Amino acid sequence: MSNLSAEGGHGAVPLQGVPTGEGVTPPEPEWPLWEVFVRGKRGLNHVHVGSLHAADDRMALLHARDVYTRRNEGVSIWVVRADAITASSPDEKDPMFAPSGDKVYRHPTFYDIPDNVPHM
Amino acid sequence: MTLTETARGPAPDAELERHFEATIARNDRIEPRDWMPEGYRKTLVRQIAQHAHSEIIGMQPEGNWITRAPSLRRKAILLAKVQDEAGHGLYLYSAAETLGVSRLELTELLLAGRQKYSSIFNYPTLSYADVGTIGWLVDGAAICNQVPLCRTSYGPYGRAMIRVCKEESFHQRQGYELLATMMRGTDEQRAMVQESVDRFWWPALMMFGPPDADSPNTAQSMAWGIKRNTNDELRQKFVDMSVPQAEALGVTFPDPELRWNEERGHHDFGQPDWEEFMEGVKGNGPCNAQRMAHRRRAHEDGAWVREAATAYAAKQRKATA
Repeated sequence: MSNLSAEGGHGAVPLQGVPTGEGVTPPEPEWPLWEVFVRGKRGLNHVHVGSLHAADDRMALLHARDVYTRRNEGVSIWVVRADAITASSPDEKDPMFAPSGDKVYRHPTFYDIPDNVPHM
Repeated sequence: MTLTETARGPAPDAELERHFEATIARNDRIEPRDWMPEGYRKTLVRQIAQHAHSEIIGMQPEGNWITRAPSLRRKAILLAKVQDEAGHGLYLYSAAETLGVSRLELTELLLAGRQKYSSIFNYPTLSYADVGTIGWLVDGAAICNQVPLCRTSYGPYGRAMIRVCKEESFHQRQGYELLATMMRGTDEQRAMVQESVDRFWWPALMMFGPPDADSPNTAQSMAWGIKRNTNDELRQKFVDMSVPQAEALGVTFPDPELRWNEERGHHDFGQPDWEEFMEGVKGNGPCNAQRMAHRRRAHEDGAWVREAATAYAAKQRKATA
């Protein structure tokens, strides 16, 4: 029992002595990965909800509908090939976002307005 | 600290590790492209992949009853539920893939028996009451495990759990309602429900894993914020939740030690048979061989569909090129 723990959310699974997939060669080529974006309702932006595999764009759309909108979660879906996305690092210490870090004057709270000035 | 180390500054990895630890300490989420310790990544791959496998294998015990549902209403509900389990598996494979493994690789590891799935799905479903009991107790236990996982430190896993938890609520309620309907029926139906609950109670308690003293990974997983509660905490919560539900239903749990402890403010209860649990994990549970054979057959039977779709996509690309 010593190498077993219950972290698996749908019931206990072993967390040691289990391979993680490195060095496994799949016996068939895998369908490309698509990222899925759903517009929850009119007036909202599309939001990233996850990914899936599909052979082509139409199949990606149909799978996205079945996987991500079984309960009226969306009125519109975008699917984008994952390898077509260019991303920054999400790390907030990334110098990419440094230019906006020190410009407090871009925020309304930077400015003192007397309390007796209405609607501002 | 030696002078040389000061002069050179800390190694780059140490800096990254400090940043990672600080993110965890702030209760912030780790996202896919962040640096993370290899142990953290591997623990997550194992946990998420095998959680996904559990959802996929978990379609079988109930899928077994779809063609024999007692009414069109029950059939539609069960179809929707089993479809959800497939969806949960896919959300989780999607989360696992953000860690640099592919779904096909993980599927191979499952089919080869090198990655496991929750032992709860190795128990047979012998009557339609089992569909209700699985919804009530098995999905109820899963909810206890999965609600805290919504706040897990790895962003994609937490987001998948939020989607899963919303749907599990339907699973648990349809199960309880099914059992309540049977309890209003004949003596024979009531006996079916009690018999089913008797079979699933202990396996449901096993879903939380061995007692804390025998779960050496828990401390590290909690330090990393992957896991939020210990096995025993979750098991206690589940027992306390289930007792009044059983009373309302009119069934009992097969545990002579189960009683309210005024002092602790919790129920005392007996320990499941951990030997039986370990055998299930090792692959010697009642239905292990059947579940794996079915999964392999489904994968092989689907090969021509995958090949045809790939060929069609290639042909379309050529036509538009």
